[in-house]
Amino acid sequence: MGDLFSLFINSVFIGNILLAYFLGMCSFIAVSKNVETAIGLGFAVIFVLTVTSPVNWIIYHGLLAPGALSWIGQPDLDLSFLKFITFIAVIAAMVQAVEMIIDKYSPLLYATLGVFLPLIAVNCAILGTSLFMVERNYTFIESIIFGAGSGTGWMLAIVSMSAIRNKVKYADIPKGLDGFGITMIIAGLMAMTFMMFSGITL
Amino acid sequence: MSEENPNYLELITRGIWKENPVAYQVLGICSALAVTVKMSTAIVMGIALTVVTAFSSLIISSMRKRIPSNIRIIVELAVISSLVIVTDQVLKAFFYDISKQLSIFVGLIITNCIVLGRAEAFALANKPFDSFFDGIGNGLGYSLVLITVAFIRELLGSGKFFGFNIIPQFIYDAGYQNMGLMVLAPGAFFIIGLLVWLKNSLPGISKEER
Repeated sequence: MGDLFSLFINSVFIGNILLAYFLGMCSFIAVSKNVETAIGLGFAVIFVLTVTSPVNWIIYHGLLAPGALSWIGQPDLDLSFLKFITFIAVIAAMVQAVEMIIDKYSPLLYATLGVFLPLIAVNCAILGTSLFMVERNYTFIESIIFGAGSGTGWMLAIVSMSAIRNKVKYADIPKGLDGFGITMIIAGLMAMTFMMFSGITL
Repeated sequence: MSEENPNYLELITRGIWKENPVAYQVLGICSALAVTVKMSTAIVMGIALTVVTAFSSLIISSMRKRIPSNIRIIVELAVISSLVIVTDQVLKAFFYDISKQLSIFVGLIITNCIVLGRAEAFALANKPFDSFFDGIGNGLGYSLVLITVAFIRELLGSGKFFGFNIIPQFIYDAGYQNMGLMVLAPGAFFIIGLLVWLKNSLPGISKEER
């Protein structure tokens, strides 16, 4: 249990998917202008990550990994080079499925998250998490925790960024730096504060 | 689509400078930040992305009249992922060390907004060869930013250029130290921010819209 907890804390703070690995920057910059939309997108990312990470784990270890197909008598087959195309297909399909399920059972949630879901399919944080999960040899349970942790870390970063940008609106910024430039510098400062967590061992 | 013969050079330079995908359209910064600790990874990444963008634009543009518009994203993703798989295998075969260092970021070319962005914004409406050169231009523009950032980070962060020490020893003896911050994540954010500032302040470039 302790290991899983520390994996979660690790993926939220120390190895924050956005500020330490730069994944999901495009939507981070584009959607962080408003706190409410940032929260909506953050929840959608947590949800999709927690679902796709274990699903991709099952597909990778059941079908693609070297030797995974020994149950049909093909122990030498190594399909792991197909992981990119498989993962992106799974992610696109899961996002579509999640969208339809939410639409059917919770129209209220759909009204909040609906517009963000298609955006998520091409968010590099989602594909990156699945690829990290393969590269770091996580177990099935760890892949769920890692997915949830990465999502939470991403949401934390985008919500704090949108709050900061709301304040920065009233600041006197040099003309050329206004907009994208200052956002990157704020992100740099945030990454520095997140690095402070790296001394923590659990 | 213009009637006269399109100027391929113009298409390329537009992507490199005037409408640079990273600095002007704010696309594809995820990987721009992650692989720029060293020059060598940055250059390989730049080449890989240029190849993928150019060929995906070429392929998608030649199929543009046959792709039904409601499933176009899936088709585009399939084309791009196949090209990325080929690139990844080539890198693994010939540049194994660098492909290890790039780790997952070769795979992340699939979700790099530049590739999909060019497919959506240019290839679907233009002739195959125009799209091909547009892809090359945007890929080179992206590489240019990557190499600039990597140059600054490698020089300031570890005092090296392509892995060779270029800061002479007597400067270190005089008390100079490498700037550890540049190797870490925040350094990349600061440099991109400052580069955008520089670019926006130069004359003759339209300002980014808020």
